[in-house]
This record gives sequence, structure tokens and C-alpha cells, in this order.
Amino acid sequence: MNSPTGVQAGPGTAPRPAGQLPAALTWVGFVALGLLVLPIVGLLQRAPWSALPSILGESEVLEALRVSLVVSLAATAACMVLGLPLAFVLARRRMRFPRIVRALVMLPMVLPPVVAGTALLFALGRRGLVGQWLDSWFGVSLPFTTAGSVVAAAFVALPFFVVTVEAALHQAGDDLDEAAATLGAGAWATLVHVTLPTIRPALAAGTALAWARALGEFGATLTFAGNFPGRTRTLPLETYLALERNPEAAVAISLVLMAVALAVLVTLRDRWIPR
Amino acid sequence: MTLLFDGRLVRPGWVLQVDGLDIDEDVTAVVGANGTGKTTLGRAVAGLDRLERGRLEIAGTVVDDAAAGVFVPAHRRRVGMVFQDHRLFGHLRVIDNVAFGLRRAGADRIAARRRAAELLERVAVDSEAWNRRPGSLSGGQRQRVAIARALAPEPEVLIVDEPLASVDSSGRASLRSLLGESPARHVILITHDPVDVATLARRVVVLDAGAVASRGSVAEVTASPGCEWAATFLGANVIPGRAQGTSVTTGGGLVLIVAEEASGSVYVTFPAHAVTLHRDRPAGSARNTWPAELQRVDIDGKRARVHLGGPLEVRADVTRRSADELDLRPGLTVWASLKATELTVVT
Repeated sequence: MNSPTGVQAGPGTAPRPAGQLPAALTWVGFVALGLLVLPIVGLLQRAPWSALPSILGESEVLEALRVSLVVSLAATAACMVLGLPLAFVLARRRMRFPRIVRALVMLPMVLPPVVAGTALLFALGRRGLVGQWLDSWFGVSLPFTTAGSVVAAAFVALPFFVVTVEAALHQAGDDLDEAAATLGAGAWATLVHVTLPTIRPALAAGTALAWARALGEFGATLTFAGNFPGRTRTLPLETYLALERNPEAAVAISLVLMAVALAVLVTLRDRWIPR
Repeated sequence: MTLLFDGRLVRPGWVLQVDGLDIDEDVTAVVGANGTGKTTLGRAVAGLDRLERGRLEIAGTVVDDAAAGVFVPAHRRRVGMVFQDHRLFGHLRVIDNVAFGLRRAGADRIAARRRAAELLERVAVDSEAWNRRPGSLSGGQRQRVAIARALAPEPEVLIVDEPLASVDSSGRASLRSLLGESPARHVILITHDPVDVATLARRVVVLDAGAVASRGSVAEVTASPGCEWAATFLGANVIPGRAQGTSVTTGGGLVLIVAEEASGSVYVTFPAHAVTLHRDRPAGSARNTWPAELQRVDIDGKRARVHLGGPLEVRADVTRRSADELDLRPGLTVWASLKATELTVVT
């Protein structure tokens, strides 16, 4: 009767239709969804809607906004300039240890940002591996400058751009490049007139992702570039500070950052959110 | 001026070794079973693959010589290619796909588009489609655009991989004439289709297992195909005629009954082994039966290829034993029969 084969199925023990989920799984799934949504609801219900314009108009906030825009846009530009060649190298060149190289490229995505900031300090700091030469040869010192913030943000954002673009290059293959070559297009002409236009959606997605990541960067920036108003204090840092003295301001800035994140998601809707 | 291919390419699992193949200024069909190296040969000529060994010469210029370290890249070779999978640029309009090669050669946008429009007209692509992206075109239209695009920069050599495979019947005839009068000195057709060979090619190269099995004029290679696959392929009968419903009237006045309906001028193809020979008028289910004059019998191993004249010039393959039993010899009148289902109609 309790035989595992269960031939004598009584009422209530009829076999489940294929594809039906155990109830417990469904419930835990909804709990997880709640975990994701709840903080956003918390933020929205504390939002000082009427005071929003005046809070966001405060000079500290505006200053942080300016720093954030400068840093995140510069970091995004750096990601594009450096990331595009890297994506091509990864997608098109035969390498000796492709998996190791790829893992290195993706490392900043999983590395704790504080570790990233510490590592940057020992590499590019005034006494760092490369930083000491930058300092003594060019008089350039990156830590605790806006440029340092840009480096930190670019470090954490670069993999997002590279991974997105590389995947698109991989998918596109070199069929169209070959066709272009038989029509008289050299390497540069092919790149400009065929390859880049073909992967344009991925370029846009990679740029948006890198920018969102750079805009939200906190740990690596704080560790490597510090927290100087007007130079390295970005919106996330301002939010963290405001939490102590003026929680409403923290909520207001958080709303702005969340709106930006949502806008990026909408931009990427077809690529990253399956229908 | 010839194209000289004397080289070797190594691919995973097999090798293409072509020794001293000279391709004249003409339309040459490269035929062979799948995986015999046809496309690889084309890619090497186009400069998409390097020779492992040997050399490649186009019109007196060495474009690839592994030992001398010479390699002219694809974009400087003036070798155009129509790929089997078309490879149109999805981000460009149809007309700009065709103008692409002209733009790279330095033509300004207006001149390039004007020339592209002429070519699109010649390959019979409707002007309504010129400003669309190629993604919305049918397979046949895409192929025509690909041919126009390859012809636009006026290449010295034009390689067409499976030229008419995906062209709808209405376009085949016009494309055939277009390829036939192509300005390229050399047209290399990589093909699976006996009709392409019969209607377009003047010379044939047979590849078998990565090597040249036979080459020469169509008649020469048909007589001595070099491998079993090519014997069957080139032995195929390709007969022009006019179709009306399921009847096709051939040049000699004989009406062939076919299984599929068609109309207008067509080609009827059937393999040589589909023809059955009889000493007396057969009574059976075959729809097509006619008396024919036996002109010649070529014995090749266990196979006898019988050339028939009379109302229809046809090749028939029978076993050598049947040929002996029927006592087939020139001058004899035999009855040929052919089932309608063995006939393929190509428009």
C-alpha cells in the first residue's frame, strides 16, 4: 500500500499533471520576490514628494550630482575606448589561455568593491606598483582626486561593457566581415561600416550598463578616491553621509538613482529582460 | 589570362590538394559531392583562407605563395563572392548593400546608388524593395541582391557558391543569363545542380576527396568524369522544352509527361539511370515511352552508358549485363521508357 510504485492510487493521490509546481516552492518564490520589492516600497513610502525639489536643489546634493555625472560619464567613455579593443581581442584573437583571460576580465564584477579600491591603492597609489612611477615621472597622483574616482568607477564598470560587446561579436561571427573583404573593404573600413553597425544594440546596452554601474559605484571610490566634496563625493557617497544628518535627503537622492536605474532597464528591455 | 591554383589547404579531418589547376577565362563549374573541398577552393581564391603550401596566381599576379610569404588580402584581390548564405548587411538598405563595394572603391554616395539601382534592375529586384532592409526579403530576392552586390565592384573573378539554390523559379532564367554575360573574366560556379552546369558552364572541374578528379570542357568531363559521383551528376539528362500543365514538348517534338504542373519554357532533368531500355514496345506504367535510335554504347566497368538519338538526345545508364543481354549496338532501334515521377522540372 505504501509501495513506492503506488499502483493503487486512491483519491487525492492522483498523479500531478506534468509541469505543476509543489506549493511550497511557489510560496518561497513569492517570499523572494517580496524581499526584492519591499525595500523599494520602503523607499517610496518615505519619499518626501513635496520637498523633493528643494532637497535636490541643495548645494551639497547639486555638487555631488555634478561630481557623479563627471565621474560616471568619464568612466563610461574610458570603458568604451578601452573596452571595445578588449572585446575584439577576446572575441576574435586566438589566445593561449582564453578561460583565464576571460575570468580576469570578469573579476571586477564579482570582486567586493572595497577589495577593488584597496587593490587600486596598491597599484596606482602614490607608493603603488605603477603609481610611484606616475608620481615621480609625471607628477601624477590618482588617489583622492576626481581622476582617481574615474579610475575606480571604470575598473568596476569595464567588465559590463566588455562582456556585453564580446557576446555580440561572438554571435555576429565573421561572416559579414568576410563578405565586406570580398567587396574591397579593408580592416578599418570593415570595422567602421560593417562590424560596429552590426553590433550597435550591444554597444548601446554595454554603454548603458557600464554607466549605471559607474554611477552607483561606492566602495572602490571611497577606498581609492576618498570622500572629498566637489572632487570625489559622488551621489552614492552623499546618500550614505546624508543618512546620518538628513534621512530625507538620503531618500531623495536614492529615488533619483533608482529612477536612473529603471531608465537603464527600460533601455535594455529587449536584451536583458526576456519576454 | 588564367587563374592558376597549385596548392594545399589543411582542414580538420581532411586536406584539399590541388595540383596545377589552371582555370581559363570562362564560366567554370566546380562540382563534387558534399565535403570534397569546393567551397574551400573558392575561399582560397577569394583570399579568405591562406594556402598551407603552394601558390595561387590570378591573371599573372601571384596572390598567395606560402613559401615566398606573399599573401594579397581578400579586399585587394578583385575577387567577388556570392555566398551560399548570402551574407547581406542587415543594417544597410538593399540599395546600399549593392553600393557597398562601389563606396569602398571611392565612388560617392549618389554615383554608387545610381549604379546599384541599375544592377538591382538587371537582377529583377523590385524597386519597392530597394529601400528596405534585406531581413524582410524572400530567400530568392536576397540571393539576387547578393549577386548584384558581388557584381557591383566589377571583380576580375566572380565566385558563386550554389548560385541558384534559393532563387525562386521566376528568377532563375534571368539570373542565368546575367551570370552568363557577367563582365568578370572568370566565373567560378560551385554547384550541385546539373542544370547550372548544362546551362551556364563551359568548363567543369570535378573535385573528389579534396583533389581534382577530372577537368575540361563540359563534354570532355561528361565523357570522363573521374569519379562515381560525377558520373551520375554529369550523366544527368537536361532537356529544354515548353511546358503546359503536365506535358512538356521537347525540341524534337516528343512530349514528355511530368508529375508536376508547369508552364512556359522549362528544363526537364532526369538521371541517366532512370531511363529503361527495351527491345520491344513495353507495356507498363511508365508514362513516357518512345522509340529511339541507339547511337553509341560506352562501357565503364559494370556500367554501360547508352547514347540515344531520335526524337530526344538522351543518356541512359544500364548494367553491362543488361547491355549484353539486350545485345545493344549502334544503329539498333530500341524503346526507351521513363516514369513521370523520375522527371524534375526546372523553370
